[in-house]
Amino acid sequence: MRVTIDEDGCVGAGQCVLAAPDVFDQRDEDGIVVLLDETPAPHLHDATREAAVLCPALVIHLAE
Amino acid sequence: MTEALSKPSTGSFPTERSKECPFDPAVGYLEFREKEPIARVSCPAGIDAWLVTGYDDVRTVLNSPGLSSAVPVMGHANPQADFDTPINPGSIIQSDGEAHARLRRLLTAEFTVKRIQALRPYIQKLIDDHIDAMLASTEPVDLVRDFALPIPSLVICELLGVPYEQRDRFQQQSGILTSVDVDPDVAIQANAEIQGFVAQLVVDKMRNPTDDLISRLIARAQDSGQPLSVEELVVLGLSLLVAGHETTANMIALSTVALLRNPDQLDELRANPDLVPSAVEEMLRYLSVVQFGLFRAITEDIPLGDETLRAGEWLVASLASGNRDTSAFPNADQLDVHRKASTHLAFGYGAHQCLGQQLARVELQQVFSTLFTRIPTLRLDIPFEDLRFKDNTLVYGVRSLPVTW
Repeated sequence: MRVTIDEDGCVGAGQCVLAAPDVFDQRDEDGIVVLLDETPAPHLHDATREAAVLCPALVIHLAE
Repeated sequence: MTEALSKPSTGSFPTERSKECPFDPAVGYLEFREKEPIARVSCPAGIDAWLVTGYDDVRTVLNSPGLSSAVPVMGHANPQADFDTPINPGSIIQSDGEAHARLRRLLTAEFTVKRIQALRPYIQKLIDDHIDAMLASTEPVDLVRDFALPIPSLVICELLGVPYEQRDRFQQQSGILTSVDVDPDVAIQANAEIQGFVAQLVVDKMRNPTDDLISRLIARAQDSGQPLSVEELVVLGLSLLVAGHETTANMIALSTVALLRNPDQLDELRANPDLVPSAVEEMLRYLSVVQFGLFRAITEDIPLGDETLRAGEWLVASLASGNRDTSAFPNADQLDVHRKASTHLAFGYGAHQCLGQQLARVELQQVFSTLFTRIPTLRLDIPFEDLRFKDNTLVYGVRSLPVTW
């Protein structure tokens, strides 16, 4: 799995951080998404998929 | 308007809830969702609008380009909706595109998962103190007045940096604003007082910045090269106050009633406190307190299902109906604390999804890991049938909640 994000479209809702805290974080200064792990390990795949579904701005893209 | 471009309305916007289950959305949604999930309806405000009632369609449409939020709040459901007054600059929920992104980015730092987690001990202390006061009270307790309203209100005061000595008055006046049984003159006066209060707060923070949201917001906007005007700051402050207060307060009280009416679910929650986060998502889904959905103007044609929503028309995306769509949530009309409900629409969807959702979650999680543990025998002090619900306000809830134990 490879994760890419479209930072410009991020609205800082924080849904990805709740769903997959090992893969996503938020910048302290503006709450915008930070991708911690571009190629998450298999045990994180479900949580990463959930984050992509939850993202209200659809800025998390997965290539599997 | 270009109403003639699309089919005529085939029904009325659903507003009547069932008498048996006041937690269910208006009964008309089910029929629309099953027979005509993208329908034209006549709204109480005297306009026709597209009504979208299915889960997938609600998500799709709220993420479409070609939608504008620069519309009167609840403009479809309120017969007195004002379509003539221009929208205030600084009204984040009524702005679009770049203007919205600018305001939102100035605020998102305040509502990150990390920052809100850090408020947990403060919120827990408020909850404990209010439960202590209820337990010690010799008067009848109203869970709305004595618990559900003051907690979110005091959290917002803390965030905004309202001085301690002013918090009682602030809370009292904002309580009036969110009440439905209040004399209109009293409401107008309370509204004016709160506006003046927030304006004074903004001016004070401009002169003497402290470690709080408003002060940081002022500084952040200045650093960005586009300072916020006093007017914008006041509107933002008021929006945060109202949005952060009324929604959570109603969720606390209404969820309490829902759990008391579903004792098997309450027992499971009590037996397994690890269920609290999922139970909170489920209560958000099941109760969908933003009861009339989201109202938008269509600015570019949007293809949706077999229809084309035309520029110049109005749209209502029903969050409550989407949250009861069985294609997304099996047995959607059942409250089930084990359900994985996090994909619910209660916070909306798209670029405007609730900015304060992490705060709402933490407040609700702390409340429901504490309330029934500290007061295990908590119960209604009047028959359930005598409870009165807020059928005509933006945010659904119970008007008062007499409890005993």
